[in-house]
Amino acid sequence: MSAVPETAARQPRAWPGAYGDEARPRVGFFTDTSVCIGCKACEVACKEWNRVHDSIQGFSGSSYDNTLALGANTWRHVAFIEQRKPAALDGEAAADSLVQLAARRQLADEAGVETHEGEGIRWLMSSDVCKHCTEAACLDVCPTGALFRTEFGTVVVQEDVCNGCGYCVPACPFGVLDRREGDGRVWKCTLCYDRLRDDQEPACAKACPTDSIQFGELDELRERADARLAELHAAGQGEALLYGADPGDGVGGFGAFFLLLDEPEVYGLPPDPVAATRRIGGVWSAVGAAAAALAAGIAAAFLGGRR
Amino acid sequence: MIVIQGSNMAECHPVGFQWVMEAKLRGAKIIHVDPRFTRTSALADIHVPIRAGTDIAFLGGIVNHILQNDRWFEEYVRHYTNAAVILDEGFEDTEDLDGFFSGWEPDRGQYDNSTWSYAGTGPVAAGGHKEQGAAVSGEQAHGAHGITLERGRPPQEDETMQHPRCVLQVLKRHCSRYTPEMVERICGIPRELFLEVAEALCENSGRERTGAFCYAVGWTQHTVGVQYIRTAAIVQLLLGNMGRPGGGILALRGHANIQGSTDIPTLYNILPGYIPMPHGHSAGSLDAFVRSNAPETGAWGSMKAYLVSMLKAWFGDAATGRDEFGFGWLPRIDGDHSNYATFDRMLDGEVKGFFAVGENPAVGSANGKLHRLALSRLEWLVVRDTTMVETATFWKDSPEIETGELRPEEIATEVFFLPAAAHTEKDGSFTNTQRLLQWHRKAVEPKGDARSDLQWIYDLGRRIRRRLAASNEGRDRGILALTWDYPTQGPHGEPDAEAVLREIGGRRADGTFVARYEELADDGSTSCGSWIHAGICADGVNQAARRKPGGEQSWVAPEWGWAWPANRRILYNRASADAAGRPWSERKRFVWWDERQGRWTGHDAPDFVAEKPPGHRPQGGAKGMEALRGDEPFIVQSDGRGWLFVPTGLMDGPLPTHYEPHESPFPNPLYEQGQNPVRQRFHRRENPYNPTFPDQGWEVFPYVLTSYRLTEHHTAGGMSRSVAYLSELQPELFCEVSPELAAERGLEHGGWATIVTSRTAIEARVLVTDRIRPLRAEGRAVHQVGLPYHWGGRGLVTGDVVNDLFPLALDPNVHIQEAKAATCDIRPGRRPRGPALLALVEGYRRRAQGRGTP
Amino acid sequence: MGDGNGKPGRRLPPLLRQLRDPLGLAFAARSRRSETLTPRTRTADEVVRSICPYCAVGCGQRVYVKDGEVVQIEGDPDSPISRGRLCPKGAASESYVNSPLREYRVRYRAPYATDWQELSLDRAMDMIAERVIRTRAETWEEADAQGRRLARTRGFAWLGGATLDTEENYLIKKLFTALGAVQIENQARI
Repeated sequence: MSAVPETAARQPRAWPGAYGDEARPRVGFFTDTSVCIGCKACEVACKEWNRVHDSIQGFSGSSYDNTLALGANTWRHVAFIEQRKPAALDGEAAADSLVQLAARRQLADEAGVETHEGEGIRWLMSSDVCKHCTEAACLDVCPTGALFRTEFGTVVVQEDVCNGCGYCVPACPFGVLDRREGDGRVWKCTLCYDRLRDDQEPACAKACPTDSIQFGELDELRERADARLAELHAAGQGEALLYGADPGDGVGGFGAFFLLLDEPEVYGLPPDPVAATRRIGGVWSAVGAAAAALAAGIAAAFLGGRR
Repeated sequence: MIVIQGSNMAECHPVGFQWVMEAKLRGAKIIHVDPRFTRTSALADIHVPIRAGTDIAFLGGIVNHILQNDRWFEEYVRHYTNAAVILDEGFEDTEDLDGFFSGWEPDRGQYDNSTWSYAGTGPVAAGGHKEQGAAVSGEQAHGAHGITLERGRPPQEDETMQHPRCVLQVLKRHCSRYTPEMVERICGIPRELFLEVAEALCENSGRERTGAFCYAVGWTQHTVGVQYIRTAAIVQLLLGNMGRPGGGILALRGHANIQGSTDIPTLYNILPGYIPMPHGHSAGSLDAFVRSNAPETGAWGSMKAYLVSMLKAWFGDAATGRDEFGFGWLPRIDGDHSNYATFDRMLDGEVKGFFAVGENPAVGSANGKLHRLALSRLEWLVVRDTTMVETATFWKDSPEIETGELRPEEIATEVFFLPAAAHTEKDGSFTNTQRLLQWHRKAVEPKGDARSDLQWIYDLGRRIRRRLAASNEGRDRGILALTWDYPTQGPHGEPDAEAVLREIGGRRADGTFVARYEELADDGSTSCGSWIHAGICADGVNQAARRKPGGEQSWVAPEWGWAWPANRRILYNRASADAAGRPWSERKRFVWWDERQGRWTGHDAPDFVAEKPPGHRPQGGAKGMEALRGDEPFIVQSDGRGWLFVPTGLMDGPLPTHYEPHESPFPNPLYEQGQNPVRQRFHRRENPYNPTFPDQGWEVFPYVLTSYRLTEHHTAGGMSRSVAYLSELQPELFCEVSPELAAERGLEHGGWATIVTSRTAIEARVLVTDRIRPLRAEGRAVHQVGLPYHWGGRGLVTGDVVNDLFPLALDPNVHIQEAKAATCDIRPGRRPRGPALLALVEGYRRRAQGRGTP
Repeated sequence: MGDGNGKPGRRLPPLLRQLRDPLGLAFAARSRRSETLTPRTRTADEVVRSICPYCAVGCGQRVYVKDGEVVQIEGDPDSPISRGRLCPKGAASESYVNSPLREYRVRYRAPYATDWQELSLDRAMDMIAERVIRTRAETWEEADAQGRRLARTRGFAWLGGATLDTEENYLIKKLFTALGAVQIENQARI
């Protein structure tokens, strides 16, 4: 899948090199959804800290989720997935509609068949966030320099620079980047850049009651995640998987990655995200002196125009 | 092993739930027993769906399983409970009397509990001293704090626990019909699933292991609520899980200081520290009151010292021995003066004035309409809150204005709204769910007219006293003698909250601070506002404000805040050691006897007389704590034992037994008697009940209705519907129904439904979910309708009031409403507006009475 | 980490910035605002220890104050109860205390009126004191039918919320009991 040499994929471009002595270890989130209780403290703590706009909408009908997706006004978003996995009535498919199931259960009822109700339902909860990709297409396509890679290796939109051009919006394979209605600028998780600069952990991770959201240095988080995955597998939860922990994936690995209890699609996440910049002509796929020079030229052209 | 039942801990106590998750990560098994599959169930190892209102059958099944299979902790039960006590010959069980205990008086609709006693104590002693009438809270009604026993010993015991009238055998027989099959029949829980839980609990109890129960208002809000908790107490005593780390029964309380407002009560039937309010039936003297309300043995043996010290704190120098320390200035109760009974009188115009302070009964109380109508009969109403709550505006925008039942121009009630300070705007303490007092400091001054309740009540008291200063009326002696001078500070003359805390914590005659409740005297030489808080200002230090970081002290964290009594973190912790004072096991060591030092020691402050050796045997005539042996850990009981059988203190029986909810679509398979016979009802036009099975018309309301909270909101909504970041997370009232019920009633997911009871009808958005399961009970399917109750007419998000659906049907011991199990109908679409709403409900009532066609 | 005091970073001349970050993706793109970002938890005048006002878990809170206003409320990591964590309600505490729906003025509704009117706090307090005294006198019960002493009033009642402090409850119970009021209740029974 990946055409990028491993060495290039493991580290974001321009980091840590650009920062020299100022560079800090790369940090991120490990969101362990196996202990998420769906309380949404992360959504609120994020909004409180970053003074994100509220947007009261109606009842969505989507389980307990009424904010529905990441966006300009929701930088942490908790997804709720109700799953029925019938244990009884052998031989039936697992993913029937509710109505079919109801009908079948009634049938069983009439026939006097005992159905064991004790098993067969899961309620998955997962707090989603900007992935702070190693290969961040949003950053690569930003013409104004509003998006930048911080000294912590995270990806931040600068509100004082963003002019609302929206180039970054389609570039994101996760649909994270979003323009705010009214103001037109793009807003997303900054991984609490201001707090990081003061040795404080991001607001969501600090609030999280069960430590489902863990903040730390990425290398250490990946080790922690591997151990947790092994633990769950040993405990018989073979379906558990890591999402975005692999530097060899289409975005070079996430700065904010996840332990999921089902396939990413189930949570509304792309199974195989690829940085949009890889698709458009492979500009970044061949790393060499010439390409670097070309890139520098392009960047310089943008820089010239932005300040 | 943690059983969460009657609680949705992950949703309602998320940060407390971190410890459940931590236990799970370390291998503990988490079981959630609940009608709904909630966020707690999602994280539990096992979810046990149960029909709302049947927990006693489930827990009684566990008791039966333990006893039938000899899974009880023999040594613990023999030493620490009243299992061996032989009961009075006159006691007859519900198993003998088809759902009634002995003493039932059909004319009064009450029990005479004189036969629910230990053999040999005689009927008088067993009923306390019969000071109280039947219409007050249980604690008082049947003798406040236990039976009086000579030297703290039950007169007759059988150490072998084989006597047919000993508690263990009576209990065994009482529970013998709670078989797995019966549990399945009543609760709708498959028997294999029930057995899995029962076995898991047994396996995780004993010397090496302990298991805990966590409950909340899912257990209390029933007409048999107290007995739910009693059943859990029996389970935990039989398994040896009380007084030990990882054990216990944890009441997860839902408000920042709901524990504190119970301990130092704004409650009608108790004084600070659970001292009963004096009753009109008593002879009137202080000594007579103490004699008839306190046993002579155990910690309550010193009740006179606690009460006299409180009176000294209240009346200061005016409280002298000649005047019984002002005991005569206290008002007397003579009936149920609890909240619902008060609103019942208010509706009749008998209550003139009302204060709602930080409370919103127009949304938060059962049968909201009754409450709002009652408010319209007041002469004056004072509402204090941080935001404009529905109770304050009932006269202009309540649902009854829309239906035309109330018109502002016809409401005489004068309404004062006073803005209140928030927690960041005042000093004071909250007592959390584990009895821990934690001080919070003022960060900013309240704005405008906003004031703390402390400042406000102090100011009100001063104004009243000033106006009465010249009075010679006898009734004004107490209020004028009251100590009501506190140092003030800040721009608003705020009384110093720490000065109030110092009064609560107690002083000696020389003005120095009391260190422990054992110091309190009955001669007026000590003052102490609340004996259980004695020592909270020991050495003049505000112990509640202690903030030694958790990471810098032991796991018990004794230097963070202060827990009553005496900073003990686990009550009855002497039971964490065996009769000889040795830890039951190394794994579970907590408090033990140190032979070398000659005292109890351990991780926690021992909840016991520190120097009393395990082998201590009281002398003849010993009283108070002296009368308890060294191996009797339950020190507030007159016999020092954990009570499997409760001889006194309860209105509805010494043993828990299953009754159906007041409104139920099912019979009680155990007895002809369906419901708790002494449940409290209010028969009046404004409080109609749905017919219950098998009465005519019960099918009109065929579904089980239950109410609950969500993580994203707080109670009646005053503190969450005013916050945008919370409101957007759950913007609208919804009902949760199963796909089967949706199909049966034509409810559309995402659409609207109208939920109807005899009280009213409300509308909600429809959430069809597999998390609500139809259960099979009594051989047929039962559907449940779930409703979170956070909405009302005001705030950033609004919705109908769920509590309007529920009736006033109360637990007879504590007067709490049954809001967790009632019956209803549900139909697609929005509810009618205006008078048409009344017509809809009236139509249902007529059909239920057989006066109309469906 | 970083310039921990939130002081502005050293700013290089544009040419040097580009040399260090030729693609303009990182260092060179960092704006002046970004370089001087300082969390308001750092610039607060005062940090006050408090306890969450919602449920009874009793989570520790730290209240950050700037210019007499609460600007942020976070969990207190020292608390052995909560270890710095908060639920959504606790995390929203700042929005609660600063809610646009907070009321700061006394309101009075006269009998049969259809709207509120203004009233001073002092006047309201006097009126309430007067009504308590009058109602108490009108409804005083000295004894029951059997002549047993009651010494009380049931003419007015109190229902308190359970977010009132322990000290507040104490003074409320003390004052009203001394006045002879018995219908003193709170949320604990509801």
